[in-house]
Amino acid sequence: MLLKKGAEANIYLEPFAKVLHRAGEGKVVVKERIAKKYRIPALDQILREARTALEAKLLSDAKRAGVPTPIVYEVDRIGMRIVMEFIEGRQVKLVLDKLGKGERRKLCQTIGRQIARLHRAGMVHGDLTTSNMIVNSDGKVYFVDFGLGGYDPSTEERGVDLHLLRRALQSIHFRIADQAYAAVIAGYREELGKKAEEVIRRAKEIESRGRYVAKEERAWH
Amino acid sequence: MGVSGNGISSGGHRFGIGDSLMICLGIEGTAHTFGIGIVDSTGRVLANATRTYFPEQGGIHPREAAQFHAAQARAVLDEALKTAQIELGDVDLVAFSQGPGLGPVLRTAATAARALAVWLGVPIIGVNHCVAHIEIGRLTEGARDPVTLYVSGGNTQVIAFDAGRYRVFGETIDIPIGNCLDAFAREVGIPHPGGPAVERLAREGRNYIPLPYVVKGMDLSFSGLMTEAVRRYREGADIKDLCYSLQETAFAALVEVTERAVAHTEKREVMLTGGVAANNRLREMLKQMAEEHRAKFFVPPKEFCGDQGAMIAWNGILAYRSGYRQSLRETEVRQRWRTDEVEVTWRRS
Repeated sequence: MLLKKGAEANIYLEPFAKVLHRAGEGKVVVKERIAKKYRIPALDQILREARTALEAKLLSDAKRAGVPTPIVYEVDRIGMRIVMEFIEGRQVKLVLDKLGKGERRKLCQTIGRQIARLHRAGMVHGDLTTSNMIVNSDGKVYFVDFGLGGYDPSTEERGVDLHLLRRALQSIHFRIADQAYAAVIAGYREELGKKAEEVIRRAKEIESRGRYVAKEERAWH
Repeated sequence: MGVSGNGISSGGHRFGIGDSLMICLGIEGTAHTFGIGIVDSTGRVLANATRTYFPEQGGIHPREAAQFHAAQARAVLDEALKTAQIELGDVDLVAFSQGPGLGPVLRTAATAARALAVWLGVPIIGVNHCVAHIEIGRLTEGARDPVTLYVSGGNTQVIAFDAGRYRVFGETIDIPIGNCLDAFAREVGIPHPGGPAVERLAREGRNYIPLPYVVKGMDLSFSGLMTEAVRRYREGADIKDLCYSLQETAFAALVEVTERAVAHTEKREVMLTGGVAANNRLREMLKQMAEEHRAKFFVPPKEFCGDQGAMIAWNGILAYRSGYRQSLRETEVRQRWRTDEVEVTWRRS
C-alpha cells in the first residue's frame, strides 16, 4: 500500500511476510528511491545507491547514539529500497497541540535531548519536523526519514536542524510554538551542556538571514 | 551585443484606466553587461540595448568592467532612444540595478541613473537584479507564479514567491554555475564565453566520469566539481566526456533543488532564466522535471534571459505603480542585496 509519494522516494506499508519472510508477522515500511528521468542513468544509479546506503547507516547509527529509529531490516542496493520496522504510534504533529502543558513540555524536552544525541554523534537529521517524529504508547519518540541527513559536525548544519524544527513548530503549531521550542532547547542544553550554546546562537543567526523555510510534510506514518 | 525593440505586449499587466501611460528607462549594470531598456507601463518593451565587456584574459575585473560601462553608456543610451523612437524628455521614470553585483559596476550604473533622473526631474527607483529577472520572465512569458531557477555567471538561485517575498529555496554556497562552466573552460584552454563551447563538446561525450555531486539540503556547491573536472582533464581524461560529465552532474543538482522547491510550494509553474538558460541540455532536464510534476515550463527568449535594461525598467514600473518611492539618498548601491530582502510591494500572491 502506497503511504506517501515524495519528491525523491515512495513509501509503502507492506506485510512483513510479503517482503521479508513468510513466517514473519506484522508490517514493514519500504522506502524506495525513484529513478529520475531528467538525469542520466549512470548518475542516477550512483546517487540513489549512495543515498540509500547513507540513510540506512544513519538510521542504525542514530539508534546506537540513543535516538529511537525504526530497525533497518534490509538494504537493497539494486532495488534502491530500505525495508524497516513499522513504528506503531502517532505523528508528533497530530498530538502536540492536544497534550497538556506538562506533557507537552516533557515530549519537547525529549525531542531536544534526542537532537543533541544525534549531533553529539556527528549526525544531522536535515529535515526535523513534527511529521518526521512518531510517539508510541510508551512515550518513546522515534525520528524517521533521514533522507536529507548526513554526517556533518559543523555548527551551521546543527543550527539548521534546530532552525528547521522551529520553523515547523511556527507554521504547524503556531499557538504553542514558542513554549514548545523553549522546551526543545531546554532538553538540548541539558544533554549537550556548554556545547549547546554555540548551536543555539547559530540557529538564531540563521533565522535572521531569513532564507530557510519550513520544508514539506514528508513523513510516512 | 544585442539591440531590439520587439514590442512584446503583456497580457495580464494592464493597469487601471485612471493610470496614464508611463515610460520607464532602466539601466542595468551589475557584471559584464551594460544595458538600457525602455518599457512602457502596458509592458511594451520599446528598446533593450546592451554592450558586453569581455576580459582579454582571465575572469571579470570589476574596475575594468566599470570603465567599459562608463565609456559605452552614451552610445547605449542613444541607441535605446533611437530604437524606441522617443526623446529623453519622454521618460517618466528612471530605474537602475541597485544590486546585487560588483561594486564599481553598480556605482557606474547608479551614477548614470541619478544624473539622468535629476536632470530630467523624474523619480528614480533602484531595482533588485535577481527579482527583475523573474519579473521580466513573468511579463514576457505570462507565467503567473513560477518556481524560478535563475542561473548565470554571477548568480545561482531557486526562487519562489511566498508570504509577500521572493524566497530563496536553494542557492550556491560557493561559485555560481555559470562561473563554474566558464572557469573550467578557461582552465582547459577554451576561450570565453566557455559555456556554449562546453555545451557543444558535451553533446559528443559518451562516457560518464563520476564527479562530486554536492546538494546539501537546499544548498548547492560547484567549486569542488570544477576543481575535480580540471584535475581529471590534466590526468588526460577525454575533454568531450568531461564536458558531458560536468554538465550532467551540475545540472542534475540544479534540477533536484528546483524539484524540491516545486514539491514544497506545490506551484504549478517552473521558469528558467539567466545566461545559462541558453543551455539546451539544462532546458531539457528542467522541462522533464516540470512535466513529471505537471507544471508548466517557461524560458523567456534569450534576449530576456541575459542581463539587460528592460527587466530593470519593467520592475521599476511595477514598484512605482505600487506606490514605492525612493529618495536619492536611498539609491546607494547594495552589493549583497539578497533576493529575500526585497520588499515586493507590487505582488500580493
